[in-house]
Amino acid sequence: MIPVVEMHDITKVYGEGEAEVRAVDGVSLTVEPGEYVAIMGASGSGKSTLMNIIGALDVATTGTYRIDGVDIGDLDDDALSLVRNRRIGFIFQAFNLIPRMSAAANVELPLMYRGVRRGERRRRALDALGKVGLADRSHHQPNELSGGQQQRVAVARALAMEPSLMLADEPTGNLDSRSTADVLDLLDDIHDEGKTIVIITHEDEVAARAGRVITLRDGRIESDVLASSR
Amino acid sequence: MILVEALRSGWQAIVANRLRSILTTLGIMIGVAAVIILVAFGQGASNSVTSSIQSLGSNLLTITPENPNRGGEIVNPSIQELTVADAAALNDAVLAPDIAGAAPERRAPVTCTIGDLSHSTQIVGTWPSYFEITNSPVAEGAYFTNTDELSARRITVIGSTVAESLFPDSDPLGKRISCNGAPFTVVGVQQEKGASFTNPDDVIVAPLSAVENSITGYGEVSLISVQATSPDTTDLAEAQAIAILDERHGTVEGTRDFEIFNQASLLETANTALGVFTALLGAVGAISLLVGGIGITNIMLVSVTERTREIGIRKAIGASRRFILLQFLLEATVLSVFGATAGLVIALLVSQVEVAGISPSVVPISVVGAYVISVAIGLFFGSYPAKRAASLRPIEALRHE
Repeated sequence: MIPVVEMHDITKVYGEGEAEVRAVDGVSLTVEPGEYVAIMGASGSGKSTLMNIIGALDVATTGTYRIDGVDIGDLDDDALSLVRNRRIGFIFQAFNLIPRMSAAANVELPLMYRGVRRGERRRRALDALGKVGLADRSHHQPNELSGGQQQRVAVARALAMEPSLMLADEPTGNLDSRSTADVLDLLDDIHDEGKTIVIITHEDEVAARAGRVITLRDGRIESDVLASSR
Repeated sequence: MILVEALRSGWQAIVANRLRSILTTLGIMIGVAAVIILVAFGQGASNSVTSSIQSLGSNLLTITPENPNRGGEIVNPSIQELTVADAAALNDAVLAPDIAGAAPERRAPVTCTIGDLSHSTQIVGTWPSYFEITNSPVAEGAYFTNTDELSARRITVIGSTVAESLFPDSDPLGKRISCNGAPFTVVGVQQEKGASFTNPDDVIVAPLSAVENSITGYGEVSLISVQATSPDTTDLAEAQAIAILDERHGTVEGTRDFEIFNQASLLETANTALGVFTALLGAVGAISLLVGGIGITNIMLVSVTERTREIGIRKAIGASRRFILLQFLLEATVLSVFGATAGLVIALLVSQVEVAGISPSVVPISVVGAYVISVAIGLFFGSYPAKRAASLRPIEALRHE
């Protein structure tokens, strides 16, 4: 099977000379389809930079990175947009829904960029909202929803895209414990359906849900442990 | 497809920021309305001047005696005045085929009275052809005829101003008025010509022989009115008149003792001047349109800054540069087209109103022009903010608070 994520010797360097910072320093990483991987690390460990590279929001300074076997090393801006649109479902810490647009319209948005027809994408959006338990909230705007509900809309948006990889960046960082449990349960369900999930977190209870935990330190992989062996 | 989706996204943003969109639209609206209204007023002024010149007879030439002196030195000492014979010579179908008619005018200030009413005006002693040559039809009554001229009958056709002054509430026809002591019977009243540089209605017209007989005495005439066969032949008629008078007076260019005033060239000059005036007004309008355009750039830049995070989100979930560019461009264009439409409606309403005697005339090209320009303004002034939005890097845009 083709790995969803295949990174080889990835480095990301900011600045030059004296001010040079190696945020990610020689990371090699493979994620197989159906895996649920947590990436942990203290702040400054390079996990945000790594997450941006995995999500094709940023390109590495050196090294090769394939998503679904596609090398994205020398793609331009628009091609990267296309890769994100087709293969990656983002769930952000700050929810990142577009204000003044209904939940349904937010979920539809990536499908619109993909060129899906209006009726079809409305159907898929309502479907996804149903899966996260917000079918009755489809006309609400983000500011009319609680934090937990907003994050579930974001999960629905990622789901509707049917991505190769669900990429969650501290998805529970802004949520209370009850909403945290809701969202994590949701991710468990999604994983049970066979989706591949990479979650970036610094909380042990979040990482505990994953089947594999990778710990970063100073831009390098410190440990890579399967849950069964923990 | 992408166009429709981008337009829909842009429209959502416009509706979401209703007040700001309306204020931005206002700038373009004022600009477009200003261009159309100002040009319409310029055109209206031009029309009214043109029609008042044309009412004097657009194919009219006026010949006046002129003593050609340069810096006080008399160039032609053997100066001759214009005579009735000169006028007769111009009525020559062979030498002057483009002259439809010429009539001498003997003008003199007179005071006319009837009962205890008195009015100071100008008397014009002329031939019956005067009425046709100078485009002066009578509104009521009749003209005088060649018979009247030959028999020096003291009858007169009075201007409308004179009629109002001397006959405020009675019918002037058949009444006898006394001009400088000489009695004249009113046989007609001229049609009102309307305001011009001088009031053409403050005049009384009588047979030349009668005027010479009773008021001015015999001698030179004040001017000769010449009618060209059509407005297009005024220049030919002018040349033929000059040739005939040069021959009679023994003059050449530089020593000429008469001057020809061409109504058509006056019209041309006036039109040129009014064209400049209209262009100037249009330019003032264009400046406000430009200011409106800068308003669009301004508001779109604010919008891009304010929505940096939103743009980041859109790019993260797969919006291409092209889509973002298109969305912001269309947003700016929709704003300016709305402004242009509102401006057009206002301009058409305002153009119904007559101001200072000028009824504005909407020039179609200014409507089309203002519309096209405002769309161009949306595209041009929206392109910089749109480019800024499109080139935002998603990770930086997402970090933006």
